[in-house]
Amino acid sequence: MSFQTEKKGLAGIIAASSVGTLIEWYDFYIFGSLATIIATKFFPAGNQTLALLSTLATFAAGFVVRPFGALFFGRLGDLIGRKYTFLLTLILMGLSTFLIGCIPSYESIGIFAPILVLVLRLLQGLALGGEYGGAATYVAEHSPAERRGFWTSWIQTTATIGLFVSLLVIITVKGAMSEDSFGDWGWRVPFWISIIMVGISVVIRMKMSESPLFAKAKAEGKTSTNPLKESFGHKLNFKFVLLALFGATMGQGVVWYTGQFYALSFIQNTLSVDVAQASRLIMWALLFGTPFFVLFGWLSDKIGRKWIMLLGMLIALLSYRYIYSEMYSAGSVKVKTEIAANTLVEIKTTADPKLAGDSIRTTTTHKSYEDGTTMKEISKLHIHADASKADVKKDTTISRAVTLDSSSFWKLIFWVFIQVLFVTMVYGPIAAFLVEMFPTRIRYTSMSLPYHIGNGIFGGLLPAIATFLATKATQANDAAQKAGEALPYDKPFLEGLWYPIIIAAVSFIIGALYINGEDNRTED
Amino acid sequence: MNQIRKYLGFVWVALALAAGYYLIVNQAIPKFESPKPEDRIPAIIYAFILTPIIVGGLLVFGYYSLTGEYDIYEDSEHHLHIKED
Repeated sequence: MSFQTEKKGLAGIIAASSVGTLIEWYDFYIFGSLATIIATKFFPAGNQTLALLSTLATFAAGFVVRPFGALFFGRLGDLIGRKYTFLLTLILMGLSTFLIGCIPSYESIGIFAPILVLVLRLLQGLALGGEYGGAATYVAEHSPAERRGFWTSWIQTTATIGLFVSLLVIITVKGAMSEDSFGDWGWRVPFWISIIMVGISVVIRMKMSESPLFAKAKAEGKTSTNPLKESFGHKLNFKFVLLALFGATMGQGVVWYTGQFYALSFIQNTLSVDVAQASRLIMWALLFGTPFFVLFGWLSDKIGRKWIMLLGMLIALLSYRYIYSEMYSAGSVKVKTEIAANTLVEIKTTADPKLAGDSIRTTTTHKSYEDGTTMKEISKLHIHADASKADVKKDTTISRAVTLDSSSFWKLIFWVFIQVLFVTMVYGPIAAFLVEMFPTRIRYTSMSLPYHIGNGIFGGLLPAIATFLATKATQANDAAQKAGEALPYDKPFLEGLWYPIIIAAVSFIIGALYINGEDNRTED
Repeated sequence: MNQIRKYLGFVWVALALAAGYYLIVNQAIPKFESPKPEDRIPAIIYAFILTPIIVGGLLVFGYYSLTGEYDIYEDSEHHLHIKED
């Protein structure tokens, strides 16, 4: 086949496969991006924090079920074929997403609302678990061996573009209506949009033919009759599954999560940057970084996959603390010089709608800093009608939104872009790497599980464990400060990074020592 | 190098036990003991799904390392270098 013919034929296959995978990622991300508003709509009202925790638990469940989706759909893909299996995962994901946008709120149907959301979220996780392995396998099995890294790298861009599109759709929908309308019904629109995209993608995928390698294996009667047993029941293959997990996907998962989600969380929570500005910042970094997935995929065909991925892990783990320290210096108002003369304080007292006679004092403080950064802080104080109870509670800060100046904004984009670059190094070549580790007859099952354990479990644990470590460090500093002792942690906000650093280090060592760069178990 | 891979098997087994201890003691138990009912869900996930997968996987990986399953052989005729019998 000439390069031009190969390019034309494969481009269509890549486009059809990638669009579907991109939509699945989009569907999966919008739930997380709209977690706060979903909490108020579907989980018992009254305590926002509890509602948010419930949603986060649901979010975590979405990640935990991914490996089970990998097993279920991976098995199906090795038994009946790639095409119909990843068509099924797309339909399942699309319908689940659309239906989440249709569920009446808790106020309307009570406990059924959160139960339905939970069930649909679990179905989303299952579908995602089956999709990626199918798409990667399908594209890889169409590609010539010497260009597999390049062609599969297009699939690798979808996870990042999916996040980009989800942020873009949410920002656009929010911008097109008032805040009240968005809170009332507008948040459902990103979920509804999914069904249109899925519909188009299903039509395209229906027209695609089965993977040539799988079709050949099936015609020759060489497909597996029990992919789960062959993949995980036989030591011969299971040791490669473990090697793929601990030597590659585990490290890739934490680098991926740190670069995309921990960075966003750090900017929004630690630096208190306004949600819209933080989303724009991440979008720019993703936009600049995405072409590098293809670059590193292409490069992996020339110089091998192993060391590109491992180098990405190594540079990431060595530089994370420095990068986040720089991000803090660029974005935190604690290190900026305030212009005290410009501080504006507005105090408004309104009657408490819940307790007759009591009132609520809302203090809005506007601060500005020498570099042009501004901050708006809102705090509330409950004032009792009974004077003897007054001032029992201190003002509670309920929101803080920092709007960065242009220079700080672009500095943060640069540092997030650097992290996305690490992501492209570890993630760009990994589909080809995993595909080549396993034979056609059990490839879908065998590669899907380590991928989703690496990303869903090791990556998915990152927010919880990183928050735990950072909180512990902050508490230790607070305790030392009260006791008048020296602070044990210079920068407690960096402590959460030990989780991705340690996991990536272990994965790097295993990958470097145990993976032979020439290992290629494909017979095709 | 094969000897190093074998000896490192002890490290992976030790790491599996350390990870299990950390996940149970620092993550699962505090959530089981938490007065908030919603903390039971992540506690159950930690104790019965995540810990067995992580610890079990690392233990088996360490065992395979110790028993030479990941030894790499020079073989110019085949792509397969890690022992496959």
